[in-house]
Amino acid sequence: MNQAVSQSHSAFKSQLKKYYTFYAGGFIGFVILLAIAEQMGMSKQWIGYWFLFATIGLYAGIGVMSRTSEVSEYYVAGRRVPAFFNGMATGADWMSAASFIGMAGTLFLGGYDGLAWVMGWTGGYCLVALFLAPYLRKFGQFTIPDFLAERYGGNIVRTIGIVSAITCSFVYVVAQIYGVGLITSRFTGLEFGVGVFVGLSGILVCSMLGGMKAVTWTQVAQYIILIIAYMTPVVWLGTKHTGIPVPQIAYGYTLQKIGDLEKKINSDPKELEVRKIFTDRAAAGKAALADPDKSYAAGKAKLTDELAGLKTSNAPADKIAGAEKALAAYPKDVADAKKAWTRDTGLAARAAPVRPHAQPFPGKDEAAQNVARWNFIGIVFCMMFGTAALPHILMRYYTTPSVQEARVSVFWSLFFIFLLYFTAPCLAVLAKYDMFTNLVGSQFASLPGWAAAWAKVDSGLLNITDFNGDGIVQWAEVVIGGDLIVLATPEIAGLPYVVSGLVAAGGLAAALSTADGLLLTIANALSHDLYYKMIDPSASTTKRVTISKVLLLVVAIMAAYVSSQKPGDILFLVGAAFSLAASAFFPPLVMGIFWKRANKWGAIAGMAAGLSVCIYYMMRTYPFFTNMGVPKMDLWFSLSPVSAGMFGLPLGLVVIWIVSLLTAPPSKEVQELVEHVRYPHLKGDSVVSEAR
Amino acid sequence: MQLTQKHNDYWHKNLVVTGVLLLIWFIVTFVEAWYARELNGITIFGFPLGFYMSAQGSLAIYVAIIGYYAWYMQKLDKEYDVDEGDLE
Repeated sequence: MNQAVSQSHSAFKSQLKKYYTFYAGGFIGFVILLAIAEQMGMSKQWIGYWFLFATIGLYAGIGVMSRTSEVSEYYVAGRRVPAFFNGMATGADWMSAASFIGMAGTLFLGGYDGLAWVMGWTGGYCLVALFLAPYLRKFGQFTIPDFLAERYGGNIVRTIGIVSAITCSFVYVVAQIYGVGLITSRFTGLEFGVGVFVGLSGILVCSMLGGMKAVTWTQVAQYIILIIAYMTPVVWLGTKHTGIPVPQIAYGYTLQKIGDLEKKINSDPKELEVRKIFTDRAAAGKAALADPDKSYAAGKAKLTDELAGLKTSNAPADKIAGAEKALAAYPKDVADAKKAWTRDTGLAARAAPVRPHAQPFPGKDEAAQNVARWNFIGIVFCMMFGTAALPHILMRYYTTPSVQEARVSVFWSLFFIFLLYFTAPCLAVLAKYDMFTNLVGSQFASLPGWAAAWAKVDSGLLNITDFNGDGIVQWAEVVIGGDLIVLATPEIAGLPYVVSGLVAAGGLAAALSTADGLLLTIANALSHDLYYKMIDPSASTTKRVTISKVLLLVVAIMAAYVSSQKPGDILFLVGAAFSLAASAFFPPLVMGIFWKRANKWGAIAGMAAGLSVCIYYMMRTYPFFTNMGVPKMDLWFSLSPVSAGMFGLPLGLVVIWIVSLLTAPPSKEVQELVEHVRYPHLKGDSVVSEAR
Repeated sequence: MQLTQKHNDYWHKNLVVTGVLLLIWFIVTFVEAWYARELNGITIFGFPLGFYMSAQGSLAIYVAIIGYYAWYMQKLDKEYDVDEGDLE
């Protein structure tokens, strides 16, 4: 590399550092100004609006400043993103609404078992670093199907690549846009649909005008916002409970205190009383469901008789009124009663004692515990290999200036992701401790402020009901939705509302940045791989970029439409995307680099086999599909449908191996390409694949 | 182009370091998670060890694995003369 390039590169880097330092300072100043405005009486709704419009305006502004129609700027940000900044951008690209808002809640509710996601979503970067990033960078094209097509040759491989890239990215982007709508509607009071639209406009201005270049610089900005937003309340809450401003180190003792409190809760007579009520009601519900018509009539007759008895015996007026109320509240017909009884049988789950937070693999016996352990391993496996195969992440390593920068860039990526992921388990523990000490045992008449407020806003997130009527909160009487933990932490920690607004802005940044990267991946697969490489290879560069921009808009609108239908289980959607990516992409990518003998037919058969098994397993076992009429089958090795990649990936590897050996070895040119990607720089290299 | 013995040695060393780091990755991930119950019997800084590794320890080791690989490979590139020059 010559002197001039090297100099301009380091000048560019120091300029970037200056810009983003200035920007981070400016953002902190903005938050402080809003905090002052709040003290002077600015309403909560206006704080929400300010955060929403200021941050989206900022992202759009970066998009406008980075607008481009150059092919290499548009697809790979000109290949000059320094490792450090590419790491931040990858961090934002990676951490979705599910990580930012859902993760701590999953850990709060699941304890140790939730850690499967934490391990899976970080450890996968080891595979990216060791198996993929440097080699893909050396290859230096634009998309992941590009690599597959060049390495294995032919349009069949490229087509399977395109289909897989679009399938897993689309499933994932739907979940993101859903998150955008949720956050904007919750913090500004806008309607869900309007919220989706506002968020989407921010995404589109950015990625349509400047492609990868604009998305990269926006993602860096979004990372800074989301990490400030995540850390602020945790550090505050941690200092309150541990006395040390680095709670990630000190929360071990809090965890021990939680252990003691859990034991206390499990032996507290009042808690036992509430749990007994649940057991009884569940049993009664189950008994009633055995013969609904008879029990309905019997129940109604009993209440009517009681009322009549009270009336004839001249009982006090309030007793009669109570009996009248009970009769009025009785289900209107058998169907309603059935619903109520089914709900009651569900209470059995709440009758179980509290499970120790740090205890792995709970289960009533050895067999059940082993199944839980096996599924933990399954999720870790699929999330890791899925991470190392998701096109929108791998694409980011095309944008660094060199192979070495790509290696360093994976380090920074995981470091920035690690900052949030090793904080989430800490947040879950601190929030639990706070609730055990401040919420449990408090009077219903004087609940902590945040609890009263959230229970009123959304009973799905927090529901506290006095089942045993003693006026005191028992832990068994509290139902918590996972998303509450991150959203309510500022209030639990006693911070002003401006921090809640900051957290919402952080969640929005997480969802928008991931959606940006995914939409770009889909649009590029269509415009670059399908249109330019397969339909019209003579298309001019301007035409290619224009087509990509139009497609981006179309895909975004389709994704917004699907998410406005509010499709069910988000965590399953996300997990499915990872299993699909792991089965389809990981085997051909890695074998293509590490095994020269892997050939076209092996890759085609391997990808097809991996994908089919993965989809087949999900279709036959996941309730969503089996309820639609797909014949249900038993789980293989009791592994849950989300971990289907555990079958797809090994099968893909084996099939590539066998079919490649049965067919002719790849051509000399392909073997030279493999050698080419294995060395960062070969003197006199005849393969010139670097597309600028 | 024809690869020299030196090039083959470079690739071989790369495979060795990749294999060793992968082994460490496998141990702190799957072996650790498999024996999490047993590890929880040990306590450090108030944390049960199994919980601590899955929540923080293994994560920090992942970061270290990737950092070491980037550092080692840069050295190896220079040593075997396949580096890209001073682009820093």
